[in-house]
Amino acid sequence: MSQTKSTYDQSRETIILKGNEAAAYAAKSARVQVISAYPITPQTTVVEKLSEFVDSGLMPGTQYIRAESEHSVMAIIVGASIAGTRTFTATSGQGLFYMHEMVHWAAGTRLPIVTAIASRGTAPPWNIWADYSDVMSQRDTGWMISFASSHQEIYDEILMAYKVCEDYDILLPNFVAYGGFVLSHTSKPVIIEDQTAVDAYLPSLPDEKGWPHIFIDPERPMMHGNLIMPNDFYAEFRLKIHDAMIKAKEKIKHATKEFEKSFNRRYGNGLIEEYRTSDADVALLSYGELALQAEHAVDELREEGYKVGSIKLRYFRPFPVEEIIKIAKKVKVLGVFDRATAFGSPTGGPLSSEVKTALYNSEVKTLILPIVGGLGGREVSVKQQKEQLKILMKIKETGDFPKSLIHGTLWDGLLEVKK
Amino acid sequence: MVWRAICKKKEERPKLQSYRNWDELSPIPISFPMDGSIGITGDWRTFRPIINEKECNNCGMCWLYCPEGVIQKNNNGSFEIDYRYCKGCGICAKECPTKNIEMKRESENHHDEPNKIDI
Repeated sequence: MSQTKSTYDQSRETIILKGNEAAAYAAKSARVQVISAYPITPQTTVVEKLSEFVDSGLMPGTQYIRAESEHSVMAIIVGASIAGTRTFTATSGQGLFYMHEMVHWAAGTRLPIVTAIASRGTAPPWNIWADYSDVMSQRDTGWMISFASSHQEIYDEILMAYKVCEDYDILLPNFVAYGGFVLSHTSKPVIIEDQTAVDAYLPSLPDEKGWPHIFIDPERPMMHGNLIMPNDFYAEFRLKIHDAMIKAKEKIKHATKEFEKSFNRRYGNGLIEEYRTSDADVALLSYGELALQAEHAVDELREEGYKVGSIKLRYFRPFPVEEIIKIAKKVKVLGVFDRATAFGSPTGGPLSSEVKTALYNSEVKTLILPIVGGLGGREVSVKQQKEQLKILMKIKETGDFPKSLIHGTLWDGLLEVKK
Repeated sequence: MVWRAICKKKEERPKLQSYRNWDELSPIPISFPMDGSIGITGDWRTFRPIINEKECNNCGMCWLYCPEGVIQKNNNGSFEIDYRYCKGCGICAKECPTKNIEMKRESENHHDEPNKIDI
């Protein structure tokens, strides 16, 4: 039952946590002031844990607001953020789609809201397992989109997200996505950092003045969300969102560096994390838990003498164009693995399409193999990833793409009826 | 940054902010309380509310109900409509307990109306 402790005090400790609980702990460490959420599989245990924290007095002063839908959740969070508070919510799949209208309001109002996404497949047909198509569908909303590949990274990434979002030059919301069940419901040791250290790392909570660009204050009344006529500044405000997004790249790198200084955990340059790519002939670019697993596949192939590497994409928005070009200059063949779909796009996978776009003007002649797999939570084994890397090696040797491609993309792990 | 001036106390804040380009704009469109921040909205009007001053008992219901706050109380207790911003919604006419506000189509001229303000 409820503990009587009524304080935020948290000393550094390692706890065995599920991915969702790590997200809840991160919100607690960040001292979020308003939480609103609606349960949806596989996100539910994030809000269960948070309501437990609030109920037992471990998050004194934090408002936990129940809502009747995800649309209302984001409306509540937008309102709370306008009032000048640090806010948090979490959702998944269909819940995120229902939230979609208000997702635009959050970005258009330039509110530093952090939202955890326990990613799942898109219905119909119903699917609740790991698949990043849900968060990828929010690509053009003006939210930053980042991926966590481990339980620890979920905790760390949420803290870093607040540091980036609340920068006065950025002021954009951030989705932190991780695979449903594979991360959200599995348990691993997670280091929960000392509260004083987290407080020192993060910007101070907004004071009664609120955010610099929007606030609720009877002494300084203002109206926002105004109607803008075609000949007024509508286009300019859109441009400002894009501009902030591009500027966020440097801030993400900075926040990651600062994080390493404070907590001694390193996540590449923040935007991407390279693994054994310095002398690699081919590499596999991916995101989320499978990007971390790919490092094992790389290790095993390296022992067999293959010069392979892997790259973990941490931020999809803003997109790390410069880093992708640098990698493409290093390797001869780059496999781009998507655990998500982008129907009708050039490659069928959202990331591979972006990578090809990023390289168009770069004079890089690297061959790109788009791969789609692991959809709807289907397992992608280390063995399978080794096979993918071997296909890349073969392309490097022969210069030819395998004949098994469908519409130019390798749809990995498709079922076949055994005779 | 120019837009940070809005954070200041009400008294210190500039009445109007001007921008030379998109970069100087505040991150979001906002407006402060001032007369007609979106322009002279009275020209949206199709029907013009006209108070029958002779019969009006100055109860103030129109002033209370006006959603745009364009009905003002004069020193002598009578009420006057600011036609520069009145959009002609007709709520005042609907609510007037003595039915002394008439909605007249704008195309009909109101030369003889004493409280007409040219816009």
